Amino acid sequence: MPPSNYDYPGYERSGPAYWSKTALLYGGVGIGALLWSLPFWWMLLTAVSANPTGAGSSLIPAETTFANFEDLFATQPVGRWFFNTIVFAGSVTLFNLTFDSLAGYALAKVEFVGREKLFLLFVATIMVPSMVTLIPVFILLSELGWVNTYQGLIAPLIANPLGIFLLRQQFKSLPSSLGDAAKIDGCNELQTFYKVYLPLAKPALATLGIYTFVTTWKNFEWPLIIASDESMYTLPVALFAVRNQYFTEWGLVMAAATVIVLPVLVVFMSAQKYFIRGMTLSGMKG
Amino acid sequence: MAETTLDGVTKRFAGDDGEVLAVDDLSLTVRDGEFLVLVGPSGCGKSTTLRTIAGLEAVSAGAVHIGDRDVTDVKPKDRDIAMVFQSYALYPQKTVRGNMRFGLEMTTDLPDAEITERVADAAELLDITELLDRRPAALSGGQQQRVALGRAIVRDPAVFLMDEPLSNLDAKLRAEMRTELQALHDQLGATTVYVTHDQTEAMTMGDRIAVLDGGRLQQVGTPMETYYEPTNEFVATFVGSPSMNIVEGTFDGEAIQLPGFEFPLADDQREAVEAGLTGETVRLGVRPEDIVLTDETGPRTVEFETLVVEPMGNENVLHLDHEMGEVVATVGGNQRVRKGDRVRATLGADRVHAFDGTTGEALFNRTRDEQRPPGVVGARGTDDRAETDGGETG
Repeated sequence: MPPSNYDYPGYERSGPAYWSKTALLYGGVGIGALLWSLPFWWMLLTAVSANPTGAGSSLIPAETTFANFEDLFATQPVGRWFFNTIVFAGSVTLFNLTFDSLAGYALAKVEFVGREKLFLLFVATIMVPSMVTLIPVFILLSELGWVNTYQGLIAPLIANPLGIFLLRQQFKSLPSSLGDAAKIDGCNELQTFYKVYLPLAKPALATLGIYTFVTTWKNFEWPLIIASDESMYTLPVALFAVRNQYFTEWGLVMAAATVIVLPVLVVFMSAQKYFIRGMTLSGMKG
Repeated sequence: MAETTLDGVTKRFAGDDGEVLAVDDLSLTVRDGEFLVLVGPSGCGKSTTLRTIAGLEAVSAGAVHIGDRDVTDVKPKDRDIAMVFQSYALYPQKTVRGNMRFGLEMTTDLPDAEITERVADAAELLDITELLDRRPAALSGGQQQRVALGRAIVRDPAVFLMDEPLSNLDAKLRAEMRTELQALHDQLGATTVYVTHDQTEAMTMGDRIAVLDGGRLQQVGTPMETYYEPTNEFVATFVGSPSMNIVEGTFDGEAIQLPGFEFPLADDQREAVEAGLTGETVRLGVRPEDIVLTDETGPRTVEFETLVVEPMGNENVLHLDHEMGEVVATVGGNQRVRKGDRVRATLGADRVHAFDGTTGEALFNRTRDEQRPPGVVGARGTDDRAETDGGETG
C-alpha cells in the first residue's frame, strides 16, 4: 500500500508522477534492505555449507548441512558461553533499568542542593571514552579479586550516564502535579516513583532495556579483558577464540556467529512491537 | 470538617538572584464549613499558600493548623486534606476507579468492600458511574474534572483544597461547574479553600474572599464587602469587572481637585480624608455603574466625549474621554450611545471611593444600599447571602 499521508487535495494517487515517485521510494528502501541483509545471508550460507571456502562463496547453497553447528556444539562449551552471556547481558540490563531510572527520577523530580550540577557531571562522563577507564577499572577489580568472576564482569556496567540522561528527560516530561497528587494520596518518595512515575516511563524503559541488552550482548572488549578463563567467556569473546586458532574454520565461525546473533534478533523483533505500542500508549491527553 | 488557620505563614524560595518571597507573613482563618476563595493576579502567592496548607511546600516561618492540630510539620497524607489540581493530575495508567481508590488504599486500612462502596457513592454523586472503567485519556476535560473531584470526595477529608480547578474548561462548562461545585459544597458542607485568578469565580463562589497581592493578604471579606468596602486601591481595582476607575487628584481641605473637575466632599468624607491622608495626592475611585448619565447639571456632573462603545447585550460599556483621563462607564443594553457622542454624567456624592495616593489605603468607601428586590417571597434555611454577609439591608 502506498503511504496514506499522501492523502491531501491536489495529490493524485495515480498517474505517472505518482507511480514513478512511489517506485523510486520503494526501490530505494528495497535496495537498502537487500544490502543490509546480505552479510546475514552470507553468514547463514557459510554456516550451513559443507565445505565453505570463505569469502566469495556462491549466494545459493549447493547443499545444506548442519554439520558445522553439530561440530561447534560438540567441540566447544557453547552452552556455558551462552549461559555466561545471558547472565552478563541480563543482569547488566536489570541493574541499568533499576539504577538509571532511580537516578533519572532523582535528577528530574526530587529537589536537592546541587542537583543540576550533579546532572551535568553525569552527562560529562558520557564524553569520556571507555578505553580510557578500561585499565584503571581492571586494576581496581583485580585488587578486589574479581577478575574472572561474574561480579567482575557485571559491576562496572551496572549504571550508564546515557541511560540516566534518557530517563531523566522522560521523567522531566511528566507533570509534577502527578507527584503532588501521589503525596496527598499517601505515597512516600519511593512509592511515588514506582507506583506513579515508573509505569509512565515504560517507553523509555523499553528503549533503554533493548539498547542495554543488545550492546552488552555484543560487548567484546570488557569480557575479553576480565574473563581470563574459557569458562567465563561470553559469546563474542568465544567467537574470537574460535576464529583465532591456527587456521580459520569459516563454517564453524559463522555457525557461532549465527548462534550469537539469533537471540538479539529475537529480542529486537519482539521488542519492536512493544516500541510501537509504547509510543501509542504514551500519547497522553492533557 | 475543620477550621483551618494560617498563622504568620511565610514562604521563601531560593531563586536565581537571591531569595524570592512568595508568601509574606500571612494570617488567615478559614472557618469550619466555609468556602473561602484565595484570589489574586498570577504570582501573588495564592497557589503557594494553598500548597503550604496541603503540605506540598514547607513553610519558611509560621504555622498551619487544621482543626485543633498543628500540622506545620505533618506530611500531606496525614493532614486529612484532599486536593484538586488545575491539570487534574489523574494517573494516566489507572482507570477512573483506580484513580479514586488509590488514596484510600494508600492511607487507610479500610476493607476492600468499603472502599468499593465509597467509590461507588462518590461516582454516583458526580454522575460518573459509567466512566469508572475508563482511563483518563479517554475522557473529556469536563469528565476528567469530575473524576478529579471524585478522587477528592472519596477521601472524605476535613478540608478540600482546589487549585484553579475550572481554568482548563471552556467558558460554558466553567459556568456550569461553578454552580455545581457550589451545590456540592452545600451538600457536603466541607471546609474548602479555592484558588483562582478569576475575580468572577471568586465573587460568585466564595462565602468569603481573601485577596492576595505580592504575597501579602490585602483583604478578607464577603464578596460584597470586597466590592463595596475595599481596604485599598488594589482590592478596589481587582474586584469587579469592568474594574473601578481611578483618577488622581489633590485634597484642598474642601474638595478633591481633579484635572478639569472639582469633586466636593461631604462632611464625613472630608473628615475621613483629613484623618487618613499621608501625602498630598488622593486617588478618587468610582465604579463604571456609578457614573450615571443625566440631563441635569450640578456640582458633580462632568461632560465626556465617547471614544468607544462596547455592546455586551445586557449593558453597553462606554469608554469616555475627559481631561482627567479615560474612564469607563456602563449603561443599560437598550441605552444607545454612539461613538463620538458628548455625554453628561454625574458621580453620586455617596458613590465614590477615595484612596491615599501614597499608600493606596482606602480613606473612605461608597455607602452600601442593598435592597431586597421585589419578587422575593420566602427563604430556605440560611442560604440567603444578602442577610448573612453582615451587609446593610435597605
